[in-house]
Amino acid sequence: MDTLYELTDLSKRYARGKETITIFEELTMTIPQGDFIAIMGPSGSGKTTLLNMLGGIDRPSSGSVVCEGVRVDRLSEGKLAQWRSQHVGFIFQFYNLMPTLTAAQNVELPLLLTKLSGKQRKERVATALDIVGLADRKGHRPRQLSGGQQQRVAIARAIVADPKVLLCDEPTGDLDRVSADEILETLQLLNKELGKTIVMVTHDPSAAKYAQRELHLDKGRFIEQVQESV
Amino acid sequence: MFKQTGAISMMNLRSLPQRAGMSLATVLSIALVVAVLLGFLAMADGFQKTVDGTGSEDVAVILRGGSQAELNSVLSADQFRVLETAPGVATDARGDPLISGELYIAVDGIKRDLGTEANLPMRGVGEQAPHLRGQFDLVAGRMFQPGTNEIIVGEAVLRAFVGFELGETIRIGSNEWQVVGLFSTGGTVFESEVWADIGVVQNLYQRGSALQSIRVRLTSADAISDLEAFAEADPRLNELDILNEREFFAGQSRTLNTIIRLVGWPLSIVMAIGAFAGAWNTMYSSVDARMREIATLRAIGFSGGAAAMGTLIEALILSALGGLLGAAAVYLLFNGASASTLGSGFTQVVFSFSVTGGSVMAGMIMAIIIGFLGGLVPAIRSASVPLLTVHRSD
Repeated sequence: MDTLYELTDLSKRYARGKETITIFEELTMTIPQGDFIAIMGPSGSGKTTLLNMLGGIDRPSSGSVVCEGVRVDRLSEGKLAQWRSQHVGFIFQFYNLMPTLTAAQNVELPLLLTKLSGKQRKERVATALDIVGLADRKGHRPRQLSGGQQQRVAIARAIVADPKVLLCDEPTGDLDRVSADEILETLQLLNKELGKTIVMVTHDPSAAKYAQRELHLDKGRFIEQVQESV
Repeated sequence: MFKQTGAISMMNLRSLPQRAGMSLATVLSIALVVAVLLGFLAMADGFQKTVDGTGSEDVAVILRGGSQAELNSVLSADQFRVLETAPGVATDARGDPLISGELYIAVDGIKRDLGTEANLPMRGVGEQAPHLRGQFDLVAGRMFQPGTNEIIVGEAVLRAFVGFELGETIRIGSNEWQVVGLFSTGGTVFESEVWADIGVVQNLYQRGSALQSIRVRLTSADAISDLEAFAEADPRLNELDILNEREFFAGQSRTLNTIIRLVGWPLSIVMAIGAFAGAWNTMYSSVDARMREIATLRAIGFSGGAAAMGTLIEALILSALGGLLGAAAVYLLFNGASASTLGSGFTQVVFSFSVTGGSVMAGMIMAIIIGFLGGLVPAIRSASVPLLTVHRSD
């Protein structure tokens, strides 16, 4: 498998007053294309910070993040925003949908950054909503949808611009078991059928079982556990 | 960038109902600022329009030297007689000079709207007086008979004061007068006056044969210099002020107009500072309430500039709405509404509020400036929302 991400000697430190908090030190890893990784670990272990760096919404204190040959950590803010729009789809714990927009309008947002025509955008939105099984809910606003449905709209938004990687931060953290399983099955489908690379941060061991592999982040180091997916 | 800004603006505007109270307060405070400004400007413009329309180039107003206003002036019957023969004075078809010696007295009238007493100008005039007002038109009734207690009243007097209906007998001071005519002068200040025969007024108010002003129609606007030269050469006339009537009224109105504007603008600007603080606060809250949404959009790839523009556009739309509301309120409530103020002679000049395109424009510009300044810092803030806010749980 081709390598998608190469993280080399990645360190992240925060200053808190006079104290320096080290999240992780000289972390090195590669993520092949088509991988589905679950990152687990105790609170404060740096799981979300790592995800933020993969997604280009935070920068490392030192080290490098390379995605398909591009030094993501060195891109200017403007270029980074452009890179994110083309390469990454985000899925958040609290869905982060725009409450005043319909499901279809929410899904369309990333396409407003492309040169696609209105008609093309509409088609892409319909396909994305179809994939997550919400074609009949396109006119609903977030508050008219259940938590699981909102998260599926968020997944449709994440995949609509056809990015290679989906970064999920506790995607089932706010959902009941049944909805959580549906979401995880959808992610698994996107990984297997559409070849999306997925990095998922989770506390939930049963959610992690849907991934191809689990990485446990502890004291700034990875402990890898290869597993059979569900 | 347009698509991004459009999408963000649309989202912001659609989320207004969630901040309805604050947004409405901003719109209303800006509306109030614009309404106050437009109210003052409409007053100044209306007063200006009334006074500007008054007076013509070929009528000369003659007062005692240095008196500035008719109330302060005293002229004698002798001076009147000398002026009748002056060069540059036009004559009517019969060959009589077009000249009117006038007495200007402040009397009490009862205001229609408040029922309170207010000063009203009564003018004692000669029979040529109507010929010295360009647009004089006796719209009802007839001219007073010289030597009688008859009066004719201007249309604005009838509008603003009670008891001046045609045919009525009205008591003014200790005298009774009969209203025999109603006149118009095309909206000029003379319409705020009551006219009676000069001889009767002199007699009832114990002025002997004294006059306060003399008006003459000139053969042409330039003939005023002949009249001035004549007056200077004659020792009986050399202390007189001879003014073109249009300039005379412009001078009379300038002070009041300046006062109205000098009160109106600073008051509006002080209020605008308050409205600006309100707009700032509203927009700041708007950004604050949408921090996670803005961060999410930025994470998706929207630019900080688009987020800032979206916030600024929201502020501008709120302020423009406020501006329109204020302008509409003033237009509907006050445009054309009759008002009166003290004229140069401490008497009421009745005029109409006039909401002009220029003042609406000034009001809208003020509203937009409030919106722009109020939205600027919140816009910058929305462009710099930390991306990590995407993980916030609110």
